[in-house]
Amino acid sequence: MEDLDQFREETRQWLEANCPASQRLPNTPEEQYWGGRRGSFASDDARVWFERMRDRGWTAPEWPTAYGGGGLTPQQGQILKEEMKRINARTPLYSLGLWMLGPALLEYGSEAQKQEHLRAIVNGEFRWCQGYSEPGAGSDLASLQTRAEDQGDHFLVNGSKIWTTAADRSDWIFCLVRTDPHAKKQEGISFLLIDMASPGVSTTPIELISGDSEFCQTFFDNVRVPKSNLVGKLNQGWSVAKALLVHERKLMAEIGGDSPRKEIPPVEAARRYLEFTDGRIANAQLRSDLVDYEMRMHAIGLTHMRSFEERAAGIKGTVGLAMKYLGTEAIKDKNELLLAIMGTRGLGWEAPGFTPEELDTTRLWAMSKAMTIAGGTSEVQLNVIANHVLQLPQPPKAATEY
Amino acid sequence: MALVLNEEQRLLAETAREFLQKEAPVSALRALRNARDPLGYDPELWRQMAELGWASVILPEDVGGLDFGFSGLGVVLQETGRTLAASPLFATAVVGASALLLGGSEAQKADYLPQVAAGELTLALALEESHHHRPHHIATRLERSGDGFLLSGEKLFVLDGHSADALLVVARSAGETSSRDGLSVVLVPRDTSGVEIERTIMADSRNAANIRFNAVSIASNQVIGTEGEAGRWLEDVLDRGRIAMAAEMLGSVEEVFARTVAWLKERVQFGVPIGSFQALQHRAASLQAELELARSVVLQALTVVDEQPQQLAIMASLAKATLNDLGRHATNEAVQMHGGIGVTDELEIGFFLKRARTAMQILGDTGFHKNRYATLCGY
Ligand SMILES: Cc1cc2nc3c(=O)[nH]c(=O)nc-3n(C[C@H](O)[C@H](O)[C@H](O)COP(=O)(O)OP(=O)(O)OC[C@H]3O[C@@H](n4cnc5c(N)ncnc54)[C@H](O)[C@@H]3O)c2cc1C
Repeated sequence: MEDLDQFREETRQWLEANCPASQRLPNTPEEQYWGGRRGSFASDDARVWFERMRDRGWTAPEWPTAYGGGGLTPQQGQILKEEMKRINARTPLYSLGLWMLGPALLEYGSEAQKQEHLRAIVNGEFRWCQGYSEPGAGSDLASLQTRAEDQGDHFLVNGSKIWTTAADRSDWIFCLVRTDPHAKKQEGISFLLIDMASPGVSTTPIELISGDSEFCQTFFDNVRVPKSNLVGKLNQGWSVAKALLVHERKLMAEIGGDSPRKEIPPVEAARRYLEFTDGRIANAQLRSDLVDYEMRMHAIGLTHMRSFEERAAGIKGTVGLAMKYLGTEAIKDKNELLLAIMGTRGLGWEAPGFTPEELDTTRLWAMSKAMTIAGGTSEVQLNVIANHVLQLPQPPKAATEY
Repeated sequence: MALVLNEEQRLLAETAREFLQKEAPVSALRALRNARDPLGYDPELWRQMAELGWASVILPEDVGGLDFGFSGLGVVLQETGRTLAASPLFATAVVGASALLLGGSEAQKADYLPQVAAGELTLALALEESHHHRPHHIATRLERSGDGFLLSGEKLFVLDGHSADALLVVARSAGETSSRDGLSVVLVPRDTSGVEIERTIMADSRNAANIRFNAVSIASNQVIGTEGEAGRWLEDVLDRGRIAMAAEMLGSVEEVFARTVAWLKERVQFGVPIGSFQALQHRAASLQAELELARSVVLQALTVVDEQPQQLAIMASLAKATLNDLGRHATNEAVQMHGGIGVTDELEIGFFLKRARTAMQILGDTGFHKNRYATLCGY
């Protein structure tokens, strides 16, 4: 306990001394640093902040120091998070490598793979993207068709992935591929790491309803992939995939806590955009909607804490499974609420006539619709809870595995 | 009460549907958006609509109107909602025409309504002064000056404000900023000096503008009806607008829901159409149930305009609140049930999603109408 207090004190001092003032303000998506060969810093301060965190291993605080991580315990990791949040420190490096692939490699990767990739992830050298979904395989991920044929010293990959976030800006992709077309669908899948610079890989951006084009269709046309890029055993990629999905969903559950855009908090929006009489919001409907949201977020915050404390105490709880569902639904509610509060000022698409913050709110609202779809839809999350937590029987016909 | 369509209305609906599916499908709105079309609608489409008589559906025969009433207009609006057709129909043929009809002097009606009926004069009601609907919160001033008046103030979210030939501006002749009394409506041609129009690009890719009036000279014959007495009829105009907008929203909901149901039958996951999952079936079925309510509410509201004016206010609030909620719910479900493809711009569902949010703010959000309904009912 005393050690943790001391760690908190030291961390606080270090952050105070090392986090530039400009890196304690909310950031826009353009200001996020995603690393990779094509990554660039929005400012010198962003570079300095990233480098200082990297050198301490604090881009991956809880990874082993042997791979460039910070070697912190989960409790210390939590304290670092809290202290960063306290001063609004920006995330120095955004990375699917850190959040998704790394944890899976630590569990399933060979020593050579860990050596090759983990430090590079900590250092932000390569940007990774996730090649799971296909046009015919979304919720039913295990029905994926992208083929990897064994050609002796390499795999030959053919097929396409869809909704691949940032594929056109990434250096590597971690992919699920079919290596045994005859096995039961979950049993013929392998987990492959593919260098996007390989001949035969191409991407086509897809425009979103928010006007951004964050995701792509990714094509593989006779792509040669070294056998050493197989993670885990051949045809056992489904276990790796599922382990990784757990990290992805945990991440998405927590997204509400970190607010990357200059978004107005609902209560603040209410003060700015609504009429008050005697200190109360005059529009009874909006007042009631706002308090619903605030109470829910209060409860979700407490549940995150309970979940963390359970983990720290070694209790295997079931809270985690519900959090992606609760967290992303709440984000959608928040964005609807903001629009309702801001009235016609929340409906602008371009200047003039709207502030940048207002325009951001509208586009974020559009983007929020994706939150309950990406990383496994809300329906799939509920199916998982029904099956794995409540152990309810499967529906008669479709014997499904999520 | 006429909760089923008569023969005439059914025919009108069919014609409208065929015409709009062909001439103004959702892809036409996309094209206008992508081309950053300065007008925001296709004038040729409007000419054809006028030829079909849509500009004059609610106008009496003596000014060249079809005189089909709101029940007739409603079926057309429902079809425009289905294809998200951008046109002056709502601002001109519903709101503008109603203002002249209910508020105008005989001379004004004779002057303007035949032009409206022919599709030659487009109108826009300049009402709102803040980002929420507050119909009596009017600070724009109409002050006497010589034989006429000076108009000063700023209006927001004026539908068709940048494209209409003339603006119908709600201004205050007397009273406090939030008083119901002392309001006037004046007709201002768009190119009048002192009128500054700024088009706003909204999420739904439809037309709106912010407009400033800098001491604009107004002649007394530009005042619609009697100065300071617009309060007598303005609320009825707004209620007609609310009901018409609810009819348009109903068409949008029917369409977005039909597309969602079609997708539930088409998209296969786990070896079966996703529509076979009961989790989705029940949500679709419950939307169907909500839609049943919305249809009755809208039909009755339209009938009330023509036949039972004493019910107008309460039905307008019921219709608008019902469709506000259903519009939001149905479009959210549509996106969610489509999965990843639902958040792409390529799919047209996003256009419905965005239009629903704008429509919700037009002439009153849910909170406004719930509060009004409760007040009208005395609780
Ligand atoms: C913004 C965004 C970013 C993404 N980024 C990536 C990425 O980087 N890499 C990647 O691989 N994928 C990515 N995805 C894809 C995402 O994982 C899939 O969209 C998601 O798994 C859903 O699959 P689908 O789109 O095929 O929808 P479908 O599976 O077709 O689902 C359609 C609807 O049916 C419902 N449904 C399906 N099965 C059931 C069932 N058994 N019971 C009840 N309801 C069911 C769904 O919940 C949904 O409402 C991204 C998606 C989005 C929106």
